[in-house]
Amino acid sequence: MFHSFGKHFLYTGLEGGSCHSQYGGWSNVWFLLSQCGVCPAPNGQSRKGGQVKATATYRILAMVKQEQKESSDRPDNTAFTQQRLPAWQPILSAGIVIPGFVLIGLAFIGVGVGLFITSQNIQVLELDYTGADTANPCYECGRQSTKNCVCTMEFSLSTLFKGPVFFYYGLTNYFQNQRRYGVSKDDTQLFGDLDAIKTPTSDCAPFDYDGNNRSIVPCGALANSIFNDTFKLYVKTNNSGKKEVPLDGKGIAWWTDYNVKHRNPDVTPLKDAFKDTVKPINWPKPVYELDTTDEYNNGFINQDFLVWMRRAALPDFRKLYRRITADEYHDGLPAGNYSLEITYNYPVLTFNGRKKVVLSNVSWMGGKNDFLGIAYLVVGSLCIVMSIVMLIVYAKFKFPEED
Amino acid sequence: MFRKRPPPEEERKVKANDREHNEKFQYASNCIMTSKYNILTFLPVNLFEQFQEVANTYFLFLLILQLIPQISSLSWFTTIVPLALVLSITAVKDATDDYFRHKSDNQVNNRQSQVLIRGSLQNEKWMNVKVGDIIKLENNQFVAADLLLLSSTEPHGLCYIETAELDGETNMKVRQSVSVTAELGDPNNLALFDGEVVCEPPNNKLDRFCGTLYWRDKKYPLTNQNMLLRGCVLRNTEACYGLVIFAGPDTKLMQNSGRTKFKRTSIDRLMNTLVLWIFGFLVCMGLILAVGNAVWEREVGSLFQSYLPWDPPVDNFMFSAFLSFWSYVIILNTVVPISLYVSVEVIRLGHSYFINWDRQMFCSRCNTAAEARTTTLNEELGQVEYIFSDKTGTLTQNIMSFNKCSINGHTFGEVMNTLGKQPKRLDFTPFNPLADPDFCFYDEKLLESVKVGDLHTHEFFRLLSLCHTVMSEEKSEGELVYKAQSPDEGALVTAARNFGFVFRSRTPGTITTTEMGRTVTYSLLAILDFNNIRKRMSVIVRNPEGRIRLYCKGADTVLLERLHPCNQELMTITSDHLNEYAADGLRTLALAYRDLSEHEWEAWSESQRCADKATDCREDRLAAAYDKIEQDMILLGATAIEDKLQEGVPETIALLSLANVKIWVLTGDKQETAVNIGYSCKMLTDEMTEVFIISGHTVQSVRQDLRRARERMIELSRAKDGGKDGGMEGWAEASFTRNGLKNRQEGDGTTGGGSKQPHCSSFPSSPSSDMDNISGEFALIISGHSLAHALEADMEAEFVSTACACKAVICCRVTPLQKAQVVELIKKHKKAVTLAIGDGANDVSMIKSAHIGVGISGQEGIQAVLASDYSFAQFRFLQRLLLVHGRWSYLRMCRFLCYFFYKNFAFTMVHFWFGFFCGFSAQTVYDQYFITLYNIVYTSLPVLAMGVFDQDVPDHRSLEYPKLYEPGQLNLLFNKKEFFICIAQGIYTSVVLFFVPYVVLSNATQINGVPLADYQTFAVTTATALVIVVSVQIALDTGFWTVFNHMFVWGSVGSYFTIMFALHSQTLFRIFPNQFRFVGSAHNTLLQPVVWLTIALATAICVVPVLAFRFLKLDLKPQLSDTVRYTQLVRQKRRKPAGRTIGGAWRGTGSVSEGRLGARGGSRRSGYAFSHQEGFGELITSGKNMRLSSLALANFASKHSSNLIETLRRKKNTHTPPSTSGECSPAPGNMSGMGPALSNSSSVLGGSQDTPIEEETDTGIRLSSSSHPAALEPAEPGASAQVANPDSSASAAARTDSPGGWARSLETVQEALFGRRGFASASCSQSPPCNARETPTLSKAHA
Repeated sequence: MFHSFGKHFLYTGLEGGSCHSQYGGWSNVWFLLSQCGVCPAPNGQSRKGGQVKATATYRILAMVKQEQKESSDRPDNTAFTQQRLPAWQPILSAGIVIPGFVLIGLAFIGVGVGLFITSQNIQVLELDYTGADTANPCYECGRQSTKNCVCTMEFSLSTLFKGPVFFYYGLTNYFQNQRRYGVSKDDTQLFGDLDAIKTPTSDCAPFDYDGNNRSIVPCGALANSIFNDTFKLYVKTNNSGKKEVPLDGKGIAWWTDYNVKHRNPDVTPLKDAFKDTVKPINWPKPVYELDTTDEYNNGFINQDFLVWMRRAALPDFRKLYRRITADEYHDGLPAGNYSLEITYNYPVLTFNGRKKVVLSNVSWMGGKNDFLGIAYLVVGSLCIVMSIVMLIVYAKFKFPEED
Repeated sequence: MFRKRPPPEEERKVKANDREHNEKFQYASNCIMTSKYNILTFLPVNLFEQFQEVANTYFLFLLILQLIPQISSLSWFTTIVPLALVLSITAVKDATDDYFRHKSDNQVNNRQSQVLIRGSLQNEKWMNVKVGDIIKLENNQFVAADLLLLSSTEPHGLCYIETAELDGETNMKVRQSVSVTAELGDPNNLALFDGEVVCEPPNNKLDRFCGTLYWRDKKYPLTNQNMLLRGCVLRNTEACYGLVIFAGPDTKLMQNSGRTKFKRTSIDRLMNTLVLWIFGFLVCMGLILAVGNAVWEREVGSLFQSYLPWDPPVDNFMFSAFLSFWSYVIILNTVVPISLYVSVEVIRLGHSYFINWDRQMFCSRCNTAAEARTTTLNEELGQVEYIFSDKTGTLTQNIMSFNKCSINGHTFGEVMNTLGKQPKRLDFTPFNPLADPDFCFYDEKLLESVKVGDLHTHEFFRLLSLCHTVMSEEKSEGELVYKAQSPDEGALVTAARNFGFVFRSRTPGTITTTEMGRTVTYSLLAILDFNNIRKRMSVIVRNPEGRIRLYCKGADTVLLERLHPCNQELMTITSDHLNEYAADGLRTLALAYRDLSEHEWEAWSESQRCADKATDCREDRLAAAYDKIEQDMILLGATAIEDKLQEGVPETIALLSLANVKIWVLTGDKQETAVNIGYSCKMLTDEMTEVFIISGHTVQSVRQDLRRARERMIELSRAKDGGKDGGMEGWAEASFTRNGLKNRQEGDGTTGGGSKQPHCSSFPSSPSSDMDNISGEFALIISGHSLAHALEADMEAEFVSTACACKAVICCRVTPLQKAQVVELIKKHKKAVTLAIGDGANDVSMIKSAHIGVGISGQEGIQAVLASDYSFAQFRFLQRLLLVHGRWSYLRMCRFLCYFFYKNFAFTMVHFWFGFFCGFSAQTVYDQYFITLYNIVYTSLPVLAMGVFDQDVPDHRSLEYPKLYEPGQLNLLFNKKEFFICIAQGIYTSVVLFFVPYVVLSNATQINGVPLADYQTFAVTTATALVIVVSVQIALDTGFWTVFNHMFVWGSVGSYFTIMFALHSQTLFRIFPNQFRFVGSAHNTLLQPVVWLTIALATAICVVPVLAFRFLKLDLKPQLSDTVRYTQLVRQKRRKPAGRTIGGAWRGTGSVSEGRLGARGGSRRSGYAFSHQEGFGELITSGKNMRLSSLALANFASKHSSNLIETLRRKKNTHTPPSTSGECSPAPGNMSGMGPALSNSSSVLGGSQDTPIEEETDTGIRLSSSSHPAALEPAEPGASAQVANPDSSASAAARTDSPGGWARSLETVQEALFGRRGFASASCSQSPPCNARETPTLSKAHA
């Protein structure tokens, strides 16, 4: 009774919630017993005998309770409750830190050297064809807004451009990472959902419906602004003729994008799925006619479309256009003169963008990346320097232990 | 909670036994409800409460923002998931608490009580008891409601209650019914009772009640004396009836159970400030980015419109910037995540459980574990600078033990502790079956002295068994329980009981004792009660032979003044003993008696009756009457009671002062007692340069004292060795005597100036001129009345500056309110964390006003515990609470906060940098799921594990090196500077985490040529790098890797990868193609070596500088904890740092103090600590409290009635003439000059005392060895007085019904005892003279 009262108080008194009294259970019983034990017998007769008996009982019970109480009230003696858990207590002693720094430094320098050398061996060729200045062959195309304007860039390779060679297009000052741009698409639609084709999500606005309230497929700013320049690469033959270099457009997108994320509606012919829809405003042809030659490169799973839809993280980016994998170019592009025929459609000058074509080969670590190697070298060297400094400090101001 | 309350009552009218009438007023029923919710109201009410928290509202606001599509930069669930989690955890906790409240309410409400309904007693639940009901209470029952006591089974309508629940006082209190209702008695009469009570409305004043009873056209005033309050327990009363006045929530108990003030820690406050700053910072970042957005939209976005047109509502860049601001507020809000608050609470809860679980703070004796009753204050325990401690019950056990005594010039109780052997505790049981088994005494000599029948010793204990106001309860034969008003008295009576003089029972006119196995009944003629001015109490009894004797015990200062001059030599010796006792910190009391002739008694009793009846100045007249008879007494000896210190108190105090914690003792006790305790618990130590005492009664004197103390401190601190010549006399001496109690005010009854200290030369005086250095060696003692002045507004600053320069401060004679004021004062002036510790109701105010309140539990009163934040059973646990738990809590909390802010800045600021590259469009860097889970899954557990389990040094080390506590007091581990360092580190990390991937990935491609610079790859890379960097960082921060830390750190990293792969899996995408857009990203990204190289690079750049910095800091500027940790780990423990100076000091002081205390002559002499109120004597003599019908007495009386009746009869028949020998009665006033001289100091111990000592020994020899009546020669006053003692006591003892009987019985007892124990025949031979001596004494008495 006593205890429950205390508890009672406890709850009224404690406002912040907090933990409740855990030690009450047995004490309650204990106190109750002690109360009952000494209570006079209710009938009032044979009081003396009753009293003695009651007292005796009370004592026995009290002893029992005492034992149980003892065991239940004393906190458990476990390593956890007593905060004696076995523990590893690391300390930054010189014996660990200095050798550690040396090791890290050496490892970083090693990796850095490897990276740097690898990176140096990678060849990259960039051609800016925006046509911002008059000297550029695409100057004319950039100025006029005529469709399918064609311009040609010439370049020559003095040595073999080792294969496999990757053909990229690059855009600069282009904000695919803008939030509104990024959300302006409908993944359900791209997943081939027929309902979403009919009624695209409002995220796509204003590219969700046209003026006649027909749904735009694929909807959204991202799809609408698809990069639509096309390229043809020719190698100049000795007899001043030119031979087209076959460009391979297969498998340039992520496997998951092609196989999982994007799916054409399960309708044959594909065209029927897009009844009562319109193509995006900027598109020359509807989505189901992107590649009429290849069923598996058409519609939402068109590789160029997939590549475009994987938006870039940064305003200057390049995207894979084609690979040069033909047998004769297996070892790479041989030295010689080349011409690049560009079908110029995509306006970028309005927002001070730049367009370029990049030819590059890759190593085990991907494309050319001087920064990584240099950074590793710098960090590694700094670690070594730091370890020397620490050694000096350690020698000079030894840990106060020893003085 | 929303119970409708009627308009406040003006006054309450209650008619007994008339429910219809009372229902009109709609008084609250006796059903109490402390719970806050029921099933229906739980959700709305709880949510409403939770949203009153600023943080929760803030997150709700964010949530609403996110629902606006133009703003929403994050999905709604990034906020709602954590918010829902937090709300539901809190809700579950609240619900659990409330469930227990319901349960306890139910239990209380369903208790049974007996209600008088329509003339018969019926069992009713408490909740059904109504105002106006008459209920019956039985012994040991709780009072169900606030009752007006109507009648009781005890005479005069008295009943006894224990009010520990209410005010924490454990002594019993008496309540009495109005006399008219007291006569009602049985239920039938009570059923007809129709009185009406008009009284004050419900209030929370426990000690006041004001009302009137109207009954049968008469008015009877009612006071608190007539009330039984809910929460009290009926004791020693068979049953009583009461009228319910206040029920349920109106009872004073419930009115008092108000909500306590919510305490916050300084870290809390700092955290709130920092959070505000962070919000400011957040707004700044939002503004910067919004401006950036405006510029971008104008310069770039407007041109880019062919691909990305502006939304129709957003037709210009300004509006876009406005929206962008809010969008950024949303995505950057994670700098202050909601999980911060939850984590802090969880960590504190964990720490609280560790406190609860600590076996080293478990008191096995009282079976009480420590309890953290407030879970929100733990880390503040690591920052305490001031401790305010109560004395009684906190430093001391409030157990008085009879420790030493001086009988007739012989001191007993000194135990020769040779060869460190534990002295054997005396076993009383063979000698005395009635002995209290708990009584401890070690000196065999005293028991021997009793056994051989030393008359002084017998008279000494007879006095103790008779002269008191203790009441006894004998549940069964021999099982005596004493109910004493003050523990001192209980100790004395118990001592007498064990030495064969057992107080058995009392009636208004008699006292029955069992003396050496014989039942003797004395008739009690008068009790001359104690009061504060008299400082003594006496009884006048008539022994069975009819001789009248006055027994008196009292403070030595007053008692020694009243002795017969023939006592002088004994008095000198006893006074020396008293000095010794007092010097040991014992509470002393002098005992004396006086024989009264019948004539004297009658004359006096007449005058006393006159005084008693006098209407004006009754008190004064009575005091004068008492004074008249308490003269010319004959000294018996002195007692010394030990106010037992709690276990380990001196060690704890020494340790805490080494930890730079200042301890102030605030006590209601007297100055002498407080100072003595101060010394015995090492607050005042040998190292003290000076102890200042301020006890002025006027503003001026207090101010002057304070000023003088300060000047003195400055002077001393400046003074060089030679510079102490000048100044007031005594000062010079003081500077040499380290602990001289100087500046003693007059009126303390003590001398000024310390006595010479033998070791003064060894003290290097004034080690430094620096004030700070010297300041540690002062102590200040201030009394309550001076404190009242010192706390006034114009002086408080002065007081604080003086007191805080002192190492120890003792405030004595302070009221509970003053205790709180002192605490408030320090809080106000010092900006330091204060802790108050106490056990009683008088400490509640202090406990509540301090930052941390600690209650000593396991005692009977729980008031202090209820008000406290932490409770445990013993003061010594405080060291563990502060130095171990507090220190760890503080350390963990600080490390936790540092890391938490770091990780969130590292996480969030990446968005800021990204803003510059994404057109300030509030594009997040990470996947939204990552944002949602980062704080609640990926990084929460490792830091929680660190916050809960981290230890820099093990617990025993932090007790060994108390200096380790200092960083907490100085607030070094988490302050604004540390915060900025964390933030800077976080921002640095975010820069690295953004720009390294930026530079690397912008050109990198996969092995198959696909560029890596797409958004999703970038997001995954950054997020992975972030998780790894913060995990490495927590690994660096964790100093104590338990299995949990391993589990959580590795588990978090593992869970990150698992969850990421799951979220990026095809399965989930196929189900929700619109939600899981990152399908395949993890796979595509993490298989690229470049990505891992990037992550490794970023991690190295983030961590290496931190590592180097920490290493250098450890080497160049190591903290004490580092050193300790290092030594601990390297197992080189040779050198001990400064903090550990005194390992042996306090261990050694135990023995040192004995000598020093002995030498500290002038300051001792503690007085009689009568702590109880006066007036109990009157209660006894009036017989009001005698329960003739009660069980115990009935039990006893049945057995002893024959004796009693016989005695009474005999007394009538053989009316013996006054037994006191006239020639030995000292002339009144003879001794008056003696008292002051004696009371003055030990200087009395001059050479002049030599002779009396010799004489005394002489007398002693004579007494013990011879039965020579020549000792009675009146020629030598001193000796005759001495000799008169045994004579008269022997005569008193011998006056039994049959003179030979007593002697025979005594003999038998002794023989039996001695025979069994094989005592030397020499001792045995002493008993015949003992008997033989009676004859002359008797004859002389009769002559």
